[in-house]
Amino acid sequence: MGMTKAAQWIEPHPHGIYIKPADAWIDPSRPVSRALVTHGHADHARSGHEKVWATPETLAIMGLRYGVTSGQAISYGDGFELGGVKISYHSAGHVLGSAQILMEYAGERVVATGDYKRRADPTCAPFEVVPCDVFITEATFALPVFRHPDTAIEIDKLLSARTANPDRCILVGAYALGKAQRVIGELRKAGYHSPIYLHGALEKMCHLYQTLGVDLGDIRSVMDTKKDDMRGAIIVAPPSALNDRWSRRLPDPLTAMASGWMRVRQRARQRNVELPLIMSDHADWDELTQTMKDVAPSETWVTHGREDALVRWCELNQMKARALEMVGREEEDD
Amino acid sequence: MHAFSNLLDNLIYTRSRNGKLRLISDYLKKASDPDRGWVLAALTGDLDFPNVKASAMRNMAMERVDETLFKLSRDFVGDTAETIALIWPDIKDVEAFDTPSIGEIVDELAAVSRSDAPKLLSNFMDRMTPNERYALLKFATGGMRVGVSARLAKTALGQAFDLAVEDIEEVWHALTPPYSELFAWGEGNAERPDLDGVAFFRPFMLAHPLEDKIVDMTDYAAEWKWDGIRIQIAGTGHETKLFSRGGDDITAAFPDIANAFQSTGVVDGELLVRGEFQGGEAASFNALQQRLGRKKVSAKMLNDYPAFVRLYDILFNGDIDLREQSWTYRRKELEKFVPLLDIERFDISSILEARDFNHLTELREGTRDAAIEGVMLKRRDSAYLSGRKTGLWYKWKRDPLVADCVMMYAQRGSGKRSSFYSDYTFGCWTEDGELYPVGKAYSGFTNEELKMLDRFVRKNTINRFGPVREVEKTMVLEVAFDSIHQSKRHKSGLAMRFPRISRIRTDKPAAEADQVATLKKMVT
Repeated sequence: MGMTKAAQWIEPHPHGIYIKPADAWIDPSRPVSRALVTHGHADHARSGHEKVWATPETLAIMGLRYGVTSGQAISYGDGFELGGVKISYHSAGHVLGSAQILMEYAGERVVATGDYKRRADPTCAPFEVVPCDVFITEATFALPVFRHPDTAIEIDKLLSARTANPDRCILVGAYALGKAQRVIGELRKAGYHSPIYLHGALEKMCHLYQTLGVDLGDIRSVMDTKKDDMRGAIIVAPPSALNDRWSRRLPDPLTAMASGWMRVRQRARQRNVELPLIMSDHADWDELTQTMKDVAPSETWVTHGREDALVRWCELNQMKARALEMVGREEEDD
Repeated sequence: MHAFSNLLDNLIYTRSRNGKLRLISDYLKKASDPDRGWVLAALTGDLDFPNVKASAMRNMAMERVDETLFKLSRDFVGDTAETIALIWPDIKDVEAFDTPSIGEIVDELAAVSRSDAPKLLSNFMDRMTPNERYALLKFATGGMRVGVSARLAKTALGQAFDLAVEDIEEVWHALTPPYSELFAWGEGNAERPDLDGVAFFRPFMLAHPLEDKIVDMTDYAAEWKWDGIRIQIAGTGHETKLFSRGGDDITAAFPDIANAFQSTGVVDGELLVRGEFQGGEAASFNALQQRLGRKKVSAKMLNDYPAFVRLYDILFNGDIDLREQSWTYRRKELEKFVPLLDIERFDISSILEARDFNHLTELREGTRDAAIEGVMLKRRDSAYLSGRKTGLWYKWKRDPLVADCVMMYAQRGSGKRSSFYSDYTFGCWTEDGELYPVGKAYSGFTNEELKMLDRFVRKNTINRFGPVREVEKTMVLEVAFDSIHQSKRHKSGLAMRFPRISRIRTDKPAAEADQVATLKKMVT
């Protein structure tokens, strides 16, 4: 394996990755003059940057969350140049608009993944394998205990619980950007076409998804619906609302939560979840290690999550890897 | 196996007590013998496979998984069995295999040698789904952690077969898994099991902490709370058994006591050892620890640490059940019973002559005896009832010792706390200005404080040693502990008994935390 020179032009800092020749930051956690943003989650896309490069969908999401953001829209596959660095965006399969950023400079290719997953998702484009010399990857679920089951199995668990409890409603906790829409999209894919009711905090994002061409079927507001009309229905809310007073307006809710962390029993118990649904928008252990094999970089840098374990796997497989000390990335955001 | 693994998972995610009762009683009604009896034993903690321990489980995992990856996973999950169940490679077409029944699993686990245990477990694992693997490992190594107490499991059994839980408890300790007599009785196919001539355990009566309450001493009797092991002695005249508070048979560790008790009856007392430095009086708990947990005791052990029992109460005198009688009545019976026992091995816990509550407070504060843990208060008219009943018995422990210590290392907790850095090693200053660890604590803080400490650890990590994080030495913790002893475990040469975090001293600079020398003066 050859030595890469990337460390001379890319600097990992606790608050972001700095591309020296371009004088630009990837996913900076504080305001900068030039930001390359991988996707719309708050720990990657912050407000206050002078100039932002992101996919049109990510810009739309940032616009919804932070008001108007002046930004340069970059579609998947499109490239531009900044200080001699050729930069292009490639689908990451994480949430709508999520991108990996490929940087080509001085004869080297470097990919920063942001967050990604490998399995199919009806609400966003699939992950694209981008061969490179240096692979800067996330590691949220980088432990061999994390193997997310087939999504169909988990959706089936949800639908069976609904059938078994016709007098109750099933309240599914799911993050507002990505997971909520995916749960709805997967239900539609499984042939469930009844109305799905939304917590107020999810409505705008779901409507934005629909505007951007993602079909979520008949979605309605909990606020506009009578309690009894929600018996036997599926309701989606942000996880923070699960044990909140808000849920009193629901008919005897059975609490579910869609998250990769639900694989660990005690994590589900900590959140008082009765029906854990193991659904993640991050790659699981098998997908992470498969991606390492597919991309086959000469060197891997690990940004956030369980860095130690992924670095260890690379060591066991004779791949060069190092952990970057990143801060401010939310551990529990899936 | 499938029904059992479903039961376990449902219990984990069911919050309400009634929901749990329904799940267990449904299972016990539907499942057949002997499977349901083994499962019941697993839930009540009465199942033990001596050759299948956590180490067998770990060794099995090491055959398949890199050790570093395993440790990182275990640290994150917070439970060894669950870690292994999740990490275990999935076999394709697992449905095509015949999953072994609980009965078959028990037969093989009971017969296996220590060295063959890992192989046996892994053979089972290869034929199971992740949830079944979890159930298997929990079943084989004990500790279900599903929020079900032994009492709740017995209540569910009562609910399944319309039996009173008190009746079940009464016969429970005379029976052994898989309890076929019990199910036969429950289903109306047999009489209530016959207990004649069997020495068995009766549930202890327990006390609530007194906290800030004040009681009227005309209603309550007071005695010292001795710092030993609470035990029950049951003698039938033919055999004598010693039981720990949890109902474990500890006869083998204390043959000196068992042999000396020839009477018929059941008594409740504190097991203590005589310490030579205290003129043959009761020694501190430390000395007793030398004899705990030993399957067999040497003659030297018996000589150096002679055990005796200080009796608190009497449950049966001969065959007469005294538990319905008042404490006052039982005390008189006990006073008649004790003089007939070997005086080397048995004495009676004396009653504190306190004129009133203030006087009792003075007595409690005045004692300096290391073998005294505090004061017990017992309602004079109270029957001997199993468990903790409000208002009948109180324990009033001595005020704990406290020290201000500096957090040094942190590790993630287990179980409910598996995502939090909740286990802290803390230290005090030496004369040379170095921090030496003096103890480790996992409790005492509120959930809010835990979140704060967890954040502190994450933001102030300066070093990682596998799962252990070293932190900036800036967080002062006030640690409360019952006593402190010499020990080789820590570099400071000290070990605390029952340390817990009593306050978080964000107001205090680390440099002003206590000195090791200050703690040494507290050694008993």
